[in-house]
Amino acid sequence: MTSRVEATLDACRDEGRAALIGYLPVGFPSLDESIEAAIALVENGADIVELGLPYSDPVMDGLVIQEATQTALANGFRLKDAFSAVRAITERVSAPILVMTYWNPVVQYGVERFAADLAAAGGAGLITPDLIPDEAAEWIAASDKHDLDRVFLAAPSSTPQRLATAVERSRGFVYAVSTMGITGERADVDAAAHGLVERLREAGAQHVGVGIGISTSDQVREVQSYAEGAIVGSVLVKALSDGGVPAVAALASRLSGQRANVEPGLA
Amino acid sequence: MLRDVQGPYYGEFGGRFVPESLIAALDELALAYDQCKSDPSFQAELSDLHRTYTGRPSLITEVPRFAAHGGNARILLKREDLNHTGSHKINNVLGQALVAKRIGKTRLIAETGAGQHGVATATAAALFGLECVVYMGQVDTERQALNVARMRLLGAEVVPVTTGSRTLKDAINEALRDWVANVDNTHYLLGTVAGPHPFPYMVRDFHKIIGEEAREQVLELTGRLPDVVAACVGGGSNAIGIFHAFLDDPDVALVGFEAAGKGINTPEHAATITMGRPGVLHGARSYMLQNEDGQTIESHSISAGLDYPGVGPEHSWLHDIGRASYRPVTDDEAMAALRLLSRTEGIIPAIETAHALHGALELGKELGPESVILVNLSGRGDKDMETAGAYFDLFDRSVK
Repeated sequence: MTSRVEATLDACRDEGRAALIGYLPVGFPSLDESIEAAIALVENGADIVELGLPYSDPVMDGLVIQEATQTALANGFRLKDAFSAVRAITERVSAPILVMTYWNPVVQYGVERFAADLAAAGGAGLITPDLIPDEAAEWIAASDKHDLDRVFLAAPSSTPQRLATAVERSRGFVYAVSTMGITGERADVDAAAHGLVERLREAGAQHVGVGIGISTSDQVREVQSYAEGAIVGSVLVKALSDGGVPAVAALASRLSGQRANVEPGLA
Repeated sequence: MLRDVQGPYYGEFGGRFVPESLIAALDELALAYDQCKSDPSFQAELSDLHRTYTGRPSLITEVPRFAAHGGNARILLKREDLNHTGSHKINNVLGQALVAKRIGKTRLIAETGAGQHGVATATAAALFGLECVVYMGQVDTERQALNVARMRLLGAEVVPVTTGSRTLKDAINEALRDWVANVDNTHYLLGTVAGPHPFPYMVRDFHKIIGEEAREQVLELTGRLPDVVAACVGGGSNAIGIFHAFLDDPDVALVGFEAAGKGINTPEHAATITMGRPGVLHGARSYMLQNEDGQTIESHSISAGLDYPGVGPEHSWLHDIGRASYRPVTDDEAMAALRLLSRTEGIIPAIETAHALHGALELGKELGPESVILVNLSGRGDKDMETAGAYFDLFDRSVK
């Protein structure tokens, strides 16, 4: 069984480039618009979509993503909507969809049932910001069974042993947290990011995505020079919030370096 | 022995469900705490502070005029309200601040609901010369304005949290976000027995002095162990503090009183164990109030300190193994007990504590005059005068 995310990252590497991974929350500003925005993201050069599940207590997220996900919840977002969104996106574009979720919604849905339904909807796997490999036995078993990717986080503060564990237990890529902090734009990519990726290489990592605080084309290029993927989130959410789907399309095309591909009706 | 359980797991509860960025700090803290725990000089320093600063040991007060309304049982109050800063919270705060100093942290952050933990943390920061930032839900900064002023007077920065439900749970989220970004120089001085390991274990240890003193004091006063030990439960720190010394006394019943708010058959309550189910919140697996999708439900209680949709994992475990039981007490029942203790004994308790006082009256009626009921009087009511004044219509309208 091959990881679809790893296959995508390898294909990018064969083209002599690194991947652009774009985050957007499902259900914001509405379920339909979040689906259209994710599709626009892919059509404008994102290689992988990170689809965020709105959660009441998002401790890794800064204000932009907090406000968007709280809006989605206030608008009545339900977990089942995430599966229909994944299905709707994968029917129209082929980029792998990783769902980013805090752990309690998965626990309440049932870890095995969540994995089965995500796989059935065409999802590629999960990014779990508050589930460390040490606590993840049930998810590791379920993701193995359903051939799903599981992306654990690595931080600048992680010990070599913990990095080795993150590399060993992750499938798809390891999410290198660029800086000690939460999601949101920053003026510069923390120098810690490059060092962390090198330490992950020493721990055996073949695929690393770098995220947190990456928002400009220059920052994307910088990260892509040493990692397999650059993860962009808050600035895309802000674009969606301010300018709707066309703004996401335009920004994704700038970040990916691909010519804008905006449906005439949306432009 | 039940007393020897030290986490990270309490049965199926507890653990560390936090971002990887915090794991190094939690590991460092767990190691440092274990070293402190076995270090006689640390224990001596903390004991000395408790004797000369906190005011320990705290008194036991028997309250017969109050108990006349509760089946004439013998009701004994463990007077944590007489501690410096006015509640049990100082026990944990001084302990953690000493640990933080030992690992070289120069900045303390804390969450607070009622403001008692925030005041205690600001106090320790002033005492030890540390920087201090307290996160407090905006709803709570309004209903506990006096404590906000106290914290600021003590030199702390108070940050009103405007996200989510703007109460204690959101203050914890904001403190966790701060900690993720500033973990190098900052200690998160968590105020209850919740959160990721080692907090439930370490905070319990710093509060278990309450039960250890009380067990001796009750034996001395009555010649026997109490029939029941009662305490209010929000996150559960004062309850675990007084329960712990009795965990392995099988004849002593342990009863925690949760906030039923406007009633457990309404959406407005904070009765986490009574009405919730296990889930993951703020770094640990425990009972919590949540909807079908695992989204945390906003809690309600007239007392800011119990207005929390989670509870410490050790309580969840004690509940599941049947060692402790947990009952709901409404806003109105708590307020009636608050006024009754004030008028019969001249002691104004915190509204949080009043939940346990109502519980003690219930227990007294059930157990009768021969019974001995020990209650943790966890805090004093000065901070609650705005709420109590409005509730009982105590202010002259021309003035207020």
